[in-house]
Amino acid sequence: MNPLPLVAVAGSPNAGKSALFNALTGARQKVGNYPGVTVERHSGRLTLEDGRPVELVDLPGAYSLDPASPDEAVTRDVLLGRQAGERQPDALVIVLDASNLDNHLRFALQLIELGLPTVVALNMVDLAKRDGLELDSKVLERELGVPVIETVAVRKRGISDLHAAIDDMLSAPRCGVHPHVKSDLVHVQRRAREIAMAAVISETPVRRWTHRLDAVLLHPVLGPIILALIMFVMFQAVFAWSQVPQDWITAGVAWLSSAVTNDLPPGLFRSLIVDGAIAGVGAVITFLPQILILFFFILLLEGTGYMVRAAFLMDRLMHAVGLSGRAFIPLLSSFACAVPGIMATRTIEDPKDRLTTILVAPLMTCSARLPVYTLIIAAFIPNRQLVWGVGLQGVVMFGLYIAGITGALCAAYVLRRGVLKGSGGGFMMELPKYQWPPVKDVAIGILTRAQIFLKRAGTIILGTTIILWALASIPQAGPGQKQSQVSIAGHIATGIEKVVKPIGFNHDISLALLPAMAAREVAVSSIATVYSLDAGDDAAANRSLLQNLQHRWSLATALAFLAWFVFAPQCISTIAVTRRETNGWKWPLFMVTYLFALAYLAAGATYWIAVAAGLGGT
Amino acid sequence: MNAPFQPETLSLDQLAVGTKARVLSIDWAALQEAEGSRLRHFGFDEGMTVETLHLGPFGRDPIAIRVGRMTVAIRRRHAGAVRVLPIQQ
Repeated sequence: MNPLPLVAVAGSPNAGKSALFNALTGARQKVGNYPGVTVERHSGRLTLEDGRPVELVDLPGAYSLDPASPDEAVTRDVLLGRQAGERQPDALVIVLDASNLDNHLRFALQLIELGLPTVVALNMVDLAKRDGLELDSKVLERELGVPVIETVAVRKRGISDLHAAIDDMLSAPRCGVHPHVKSDLVHVQRRAREIAMAAVISETPVRRWTHRLDAVLLHPVLGPIILALIMFVMFQAVFAWSQVPQDWITAGVAWLSSAVTNDLPPGLFRSLIVDGAIAGVGAVITFLPQILILFFFILLLEGTGYMVRAAFLMDRLMHAVGLSGRAFIPLLSSFACAVPGIMATRTIEDPKDRLTTILVAPLMTCSARLPVYTLIIAAFIPNRQLVWGVGLQGVVMFGLYIAGITGALCAAYVLRRGVLKGSGGGFMMELPKYQWPPVKDVAIGILTRAQIFLKRAGTIILGTTIILWALASIPQAGPGQKQSQVSIAGHIATGIEKVVKPIGFNHDISLALLPAMAAREVAVSSIATVYSLDAGDDAAANRSLLQNLQHRWSLATALAFLAWFVFAPQCISTIAVTRRETNGWKWPLFMVTYLFALAYLAAGATYWIAVAAGLGGT
Repeated sequence: MNAPFQPETLSLDQLAVGTKARVLSIDWAALQEAEGSRLRHFGFDEGMTVETLHLGPFGRDPIAIRVGRMTVAIRRRHAGAVRVLPIQQ
């Protein structure tokens, strides 16, 4: 079977390319990666009037065919038919921002020169008109020598004309593609300006909305305050709105596991399904509501044009540790969960900046650490007021957050001077016009992220939790034996204990570290399980988890355990998403290694200092 | 005309907020290749009119500059490579 005809949608950043792509293809989109690079490939399907299907691919935004970023290199290579994993497009739709023609026409001129069947979508003509700019698309058509269609992608205006134009292009006989000659950028730019000038019918200067908003949002004092407020609202929402759906998911998982428990005969298979698959994947998908709410905000900030402003405000501070302003939102998102944080690093153009951000993101205190922190703090830190309104427990919790942030900044500083040395493109960004993103585009964005996350939960995370289950369940304990001692995991824990004993960890902790790889808060439930399993022999049965902890752990051990969780990469999802975003195992392995090393040192230092201070006794 | 020696010329990072200027020359050698390309992509070119719009809140870095119909943000270091002549208003 012949592959479907392929039509590429190309344009400069902020031309409204993705909105146009969404308007053409609808929600049925596929997101993948181009092989060997961390550049996303978005494709969708379009049905022409006569029913013929066409594959549409949304090329990464580019300013020219002479790339200054990996994204732009992919765009060039696809168009020239040199990109691995992609055939050369049969036709091209060029998207231009009507109010930024003098700049966008440069890329368009380079693209038209390639000789592919081409149509130009003169997009956002409504916004141009609002800003007092009227254009003559006929003049453009004459100067460019290809059809020009006026569109307003977000309102679906001009989309059916575009369909017809794509139909025409694919029906016409194909001629070859000209080889790309590295053109004189300055020359092309000047030609672009001439054409843009010729196409203007009238231009009335008006006070633009974007200017008025920027005067407030980029104000040296008000700007950072407003940014802080927006972030505060975002975090409130992430935690408040997610409560109810999280409870539903937890209840759903509990219902499913009790239903399966009732329907299956007891034994290894039932344990595999209930304790392995359902419990493991269930623990991870509880985070789905938070991830989706976070992405809702990220997409909204991105779509309105505010994200770039936030980066602008924070760039100088991030630059001090070798990151760019672009890293601010991904790192902030990682306070809820590192998975969406790492996925959001795609907006960072420079590969080294991006990799550094990915590698330090897990140090931000994510919400999965909270159950662990809360339990240990409640058990070991006295509920005492330091001064009025400031409790010791709260101070310790705050300290753990600060430790994570400090760790991340130091790690970024060291990484940028070590393995990820060398400055990249720095911080050079366009500040686009403010606009409301269409609900549909935000919805498609959230849906895509949900798919990526669930696919991970369904494959890598399911696989690992089953392996962890197997380690904990095989071989089965005989009468009078403890499962936690007999199983492979028990033996591994004994091995781990030898390594972690110097930093104050006991066998219980060693046993909890392994299942906590699925998700950090699993540490809490596995410690609880160990104590309930061992309950038979002593008075432990009558004690609560808190009392058990106080009885068995010294304060030094507890503090070391907290320090460990600040740094340790105990999260399969994070490791999996890092593998996906960096396209290989090299960087996730590096990340896991350096974070475990940091965790070991931090826990060790905490333990030894605490013991020296006389806190080593239970 | 030997632009850099005119006393009234500035480098773009010295241009006051709200002031327009004409680009006289760009020291491409002071920029990395990708940085230079990006500046060209933004439309920086001799003879273009630019205007400093905003400065970052910390250390007055980065700088938001209007060039043609676009507003772009670049760091102080990049702006230092652009020589401009302020336009009297």
